Parts: sequence; structure tokens; C-alpha cells
Amino acid sequence: MTPVTAATLGAVLAQQVAGGSRFAGLFGTAEPRGVLISAHLADSGTVRTMNVLLPAPGDNYPSVTVRVGAAFWYERELQDAFGLVPVGHPRPEPLILPLPNGAGWHPRPGEQVDAPGVAADPDPRALPRHVTGPGLFTIPHGPVRSGVLESIEYLVETPGEDIPHLNMRVFYKHRGIEKRFEQMPAADGVLLAERVEGTASVAHALAYCHALERLAGCEVPLPARLVRMLHAELERVAGYLDVTARLADAAGLAVATARFSWHKERVLRLVSRLCGSRFGRGIVLPGGIGGLPLAGSAEVLAETARLEKAIGADSAALMGTSSFLDRLRGTGPLRPERARAHGALGPIGRASGFADDSRFTRPYDAYPAVEPAQLSGHADGDALARLRVRMDELGQSFGLIRRAASELGQVAGQPLRADCEPAEGRAVGWAESPHGEVLYDVRLAGGRIVRCRPRSASFHNLVLMHEVFAGDILTDFPFIEASFGLCVAGVAL
Amino acid sequence: MWVLRGLRNGVVTTRWPAKPDPYADEWRGPATVLDGGRGTAGERGTAGERGTADRLDQLCPTGAIDQREDGGVTLDQGKCICCGRCVTARPELFGWARGPASGALTRGGLVVPEIAETDEDLAQMRASLRGRTRALGRSVHLRHVDAGSDGSEEWELQALLNPVYDVHRLGVFFTASPRHADVLIVTGAGTRGMAEPLRLTYQGMPDPKIVIAAGTDAVSGGLLADSYATRGGIGEILPVDVWVPGSPPSPFSLLHALLLGLGRLPDRQSAEVTP
Repeated sequence: MTPVTAATLGAVLAQQVAGGSRFAGLFGTAEPRGVLISAHLADSGTVRTMNVLLPAPGDNYPSVTVRVGAAFWYERELQDAFGLVPVGHPRPEPLILPLPNGAGWHPRPGEQVDAPGVAADPDPRALPRHVTGPGLFTIPHGPVRSGVLESIEYLVETPGEDIPHLNMRVFYKHRGIEKRFEQMPAADGVLLAERVEGTASVAHALAYCHALERLAGCEVPLPARLVRMLHAELERVAGYLDVTARLADAAGLAVATARFSWHKERVLRLVSRLCGSRFGRGIVLPGGIGGLPLAGSAEVLAETARLEKAIGADSAALMGTSSFLDRLRGTGPLRPERARAHGALGPIGRASGFADDSRFTRPYDAYPAVEPAQLSGHADGDALARLRVRMDELGQSFGLIRRAASELGQVAGQPLRADCEPAEGRAVGWAESPHGEVLYDVRLAGGRIVRCRPRSASFHNLVLMHEVFAGDILTDFPFIEASFGLCVAGVAL
Repeated sequence: MWVLRGLRNGVVTTRWPAKPDPYADEWRGPATVLDGGRGTAGERGTAGERGTADRLDQLCPTGAIDQREDGGVTLDQGKCICCGRCVTARPELFGWARGPASGALTRGGLVVPEIAETDEDLAQMRASLRGRTRALGRSVHLRHVDAGSDGSEEWELQALLNPVYDVHRLGVFFTASPRHADVLIVTGAGTRGMAEPLRLTYQGMPDPKIVIAAGTDAVSGGLLADSYATRGGIGEILPVDVWVPGSPPSPFSLLHALLLGLGRLPDRQSAEVTP
């Protein structure tokens, strides 16, 4: 096979995607020789990486997006972070860091240069406003929106009621996380990983630790693998209940909103009962876990049984409420071929018939021993299908929680952590968050992080919001956003 | 049908703060210093043998721990991300602060053991805050702005609306418009992209108004403090009245901070400390 070059990268990736691989990310790393571009492809069992070096001072390369549409946001992120220009990109505008024209500064993650005193104040005027066609106007929705929500701006272009086009501005929450990872001791990285997406702390910590464990070549002890699965599934249950409550709220069903947010509160309380944190923080550590659950298996099993029963009854009632279903049916449809071409992650992909659940296709921790439940499969691709997928998976998650809790009772006395102190090298780790697959590309030198690139499912999936407004109107917007169920914090990093 | 369903489990709402709530009282807040930070200098001799991780100033990933000149130790809870490393490494020195009373009216009030602030200063500050909030009475409207959170703080704020916490029973409501808001709750470390929208929201609010920095990120920037993209907490952007540590703060901590800012609670009820 001929080595991949910047000129052939797009063609090679397109060929791989056509051959069944899933495009999983396109990241850059600043090196003394230039910028190393790494493309990730997810297959059954593993994630492959292709590296292309753009020698300094080269600052442009042929756009990959032209051939692999899923790279659309990745290349814009590369341009903001490194100043690389993707030639031929359909819309090469700033995404995460719009700076005033001529600022000429880029954070360049990977380059071990602190720029003291550099303050990158984003300038929204660096972004063009696209309004085309007579009678169209723009509704800026955000970044400060009604309700308690994360900051993001949706620029809705509309002739009055339809939404023919939507722009998303995600830069408001750019926190400089990738640069912050640099030079951290490898063991500290997990603290920051937990805070990349606070509502998927366990999944991010897992993906980061999997990368370190792959580097160290260590085997995580069985009790630790079970506790990891327990917390990952509780996190998923909380996330899915949050989506359900938000959808019920959007439909104005006060009792259903209250019921599901109460169930979610009970899940968060169970998590805090197990580990002291309502978000499972501090549990996942490189090589294992921080400690066994503070509550016994019997207590976990009893509370999950109560929860599952209550949630099941309320879900059945919700799915029988026609005024609710009418708002979801046919709303925000993502066509299956688009989901497949983009490699849509998590429940969004699964609701459009594209199922790549890294728990089962690239299993880790306690999942290799688990047979995936036979879910009925909803491939309509609309908001209703996305909710149905989540509701089916709730049952599966409760099963996994039961399994982990009861097996934990039988492994008392075994160690909780393996030695995991890798010093050098580069590895990829992944885990399935409630939003979909989380991917970490970690490089170490001397026991410290040289480069750590988290790729949240939210970043990969949010761009699909561009494509789901097929005849939907302004009042459908809350349903579509809630049914995506993503975390803005993980988008602009 | 939904009406009956809503009655199914009776009242699940807490009575806090009128009545104690076990979940509120047992809540594991930020780390704290045991025994007032005294009596540690003598143990320093063994630190070298136990490796560099036992050097107190290197124990904390956000540098919240400080060794005083007299050998005592202080911990800035406003920087504490609740990772528990200090508690694990030096359990004789550090423990968890329990209960919801983690917020304070001054930034310095988050440092334990408490730095001697003259009672006069504090009394003056509380009097001035009460002067501003008296007009709000028992109908208070909140506006939340996310200035770069990790998303979990929003969940904890949303929880205040669920039937367990139900802030409406306290006469507190969330509002969409800054024009109707009395209290601004800010989460996140203060990204540079959100500085302007945050400032505009604050300016859009009528006086009197109070600002709550919710969470360790909002108080000090936490792990993200002071980079090209974020500031070291929202205190660099707005005048803050109530500081709430926590990563994220629990709903009870947020409720406590809100009532503290409104002068409906005593300042900094002494949190019970457990090792």
C-alpha cells in the first residue's frame, strides 16, 4: 500500500468509508517538523489511525470534506487551531475560535510553547451571516437562551415559520481544554477528562484511561471492570431520563416532566450514594477504580428494581399520550443514508438504522462478556425514533446494572487497580457515552501529556442538526434539540 | 391519567431549610482542613521518604492547598474540585466538609481554616446586601448564564425545578428575560467568548440585583483557570455577591447559596467535618 499523503488523504479516507469503515475523527498535532494530521477510522474491534505530516511552513492542503462530508467541522476546527487552510472546503469559516482578521495567532495544541499573556477574545464579526433569498430573516437564538441551558447560538434563517437553514455558533464555550491537557502528569489527565463533558464524566474518564491502559499494556482487574460498567450504565440512564424529561417539558406535559426529572434525581442520588459524587467523578482511574461502591449490592439491586418499575410505568404512559407523540412523529428526521455516510454516533445513529455501539463492536472493561440485548430497532430517524431507542436501551442498561451489581458481590477481596504508569507513546481510547462514542487520542512523553485530543460524540453529531429541518417549523426546534440530547461543553472544548 | 400518576408517590419534596434533610446534611462538599490546620509541621520529616506526592503544595491539582509560614495549612475551597486526593493522601490532615453550607459571601470566606475577617467587615457586607435584597421580598426571579461550564452545573440548577427541591415553594422562579431577573446565577470559568454576553445580561438586569458564582469553575476557574480561552472565574467579569464552590455544587448547596444571598439564612453555618 502506498503511503498516504496530504494530497491523497481525502481519496483514501473516502475509499475506506465506502469499504465499511466509519470516519471517527480528524485531528492535528503541532510538531517541530510541521503539523501532523491524524485521521481515525473505526472498525469492528479497533480504531485505526492514518497520519499525514504537513511540513512546516505549509499552511494549506486539499480539503478532505470534499470527499468525506463528515470531516466538515473537523477541518474548520483544524483551521482555527493551527491555521491550516483546507483548499476546496465548502465553507471554511471559523468554528471554535473566530478571531479578528489578521490576528494571526493559533493555539497550536501539541506545541509545547506557552504563550504567556495571549488572550484570544473571540470576535463574532469574523463570522459571516448567510441570509439568502427574498423575505428571509435571521433569528439569533442564543447564546443566552431561555431556561437553564448551556451557551450556544443557533442562527435560524426563516421566512416566518419554516426553518430552511440553521447556523450554529459554538465558539462561546471554547475553554482551551486541549492546551490545558499539555504537560499535565498522565495521572492528572483523568480529572480534566471528567470535566470535558460533565454529564458524561464516566465515559470521558473511561476513554482517557483506556488509552493509558493500552499504552501500559495493563489488565484492569475484574472488580474494577464491573464497577466501571455499573457507573457507565447509571450515567446512561441519567442522560436518557434527562432527554425524556426535556421532551416532555417541550410538549408542556408538566406531570410527565416532574416524574422523569424525579426519576433522574433518584439516579443521581444513587450514584452519589455509591461514590460521593452525583456524576461518578473520581471512580475511574488509570488501571482500575478509586474504590468499591459505598453501598452494598443488595441496596443497588433494590433501588434499581424500584426505579425500573417506576420508569417503565411512566414511559408506557408517555408513549400512550397522543398529544406528545404527535409532536415527535416525523419531526427532525435524519435519513438513514445520511446517518451512515456521516457515521452518526449513539442514539441518533441507532434511530436512523446506523448502529455502531462501541460497547459491543469494540468492547472494553466488562462488556466483552455481555451479549447485546436484541433491541427492536427503530430506524425512522425522527425524534420519536430517537426517544424509542433510548427507552429500549434503558431496559438494557438496567440489565447491565443488575449484572454488574450481582457479580460484584462475588469478587470480594480482589485488587481494584493494576499498575498503570505509561511514560511514552501514543494510543487511542474509546467509550460509549450517553451521547455516543467518545474518542481520546493521547500522546505521552516522560510521563506527561504531550497531546490529548478528546472527541466527544456531541462534536461529531451536532453538525447533523443542519440536516434535519425538513419542513419543520420554529415550534419543532425544542423537540429536535432535546431529541439530539447533546452536551455543548464537549463541542468547542 | 397524568393527574393520578402525579399523585402516585405522595409528596416527595424536601422541607429544607425549615426542616433538616438527611441528603442535604450528609452531602460531601469540598475538602477541608481538619483540626484547624495545626500540628502538622512535626510530621514533615517523613515526607521525603514518602515521595514528592506528599509535599502538601503539590498534592492539589489546582493548587488550593497552601502551607503557612507557621507550619499550619490552609485550603481554598474556591479552588477545590472535590477530587479527594488530599483526603486520600493525608487523611490525618484533610477531610470532607459535609452539608449544604458551602457558599460564602466573600471570596476569602472560602479559605479554611477561616482567615480572620473582622466581624465588622462581614456585618457591614451583610447589611449592605440585605439592604439590596430586602426589596425582592418573597418573589425572586433568577436568570442563569453559562459562561463555560462542563454541563453538569446546568443539570444541578435544573434539578432545583424538580419535585424534590421545587424552588417555587420558596417563591423563587427562573425567568427567561434579564429584564425580569433579580438574581444572576453564573456557571463556568468565564470563557472569553461569553464575557460580552454575560456583561450584557448583567447590564440588562434592573437594580437591585445579586450575582451568584455557582461552582468551583465560576469561583476560581478550577482546572481551566487563566488560559488564552478562559479567565480565572467570573469574578474577573462581574461583581460577585455569593461564592459557591463544588464541582459541581449540589442542588442543596445552590439552594443554600441563593437563600444566603437573599439574607434568608445565616452566613456560613459551620459545616460539620468528617474525616
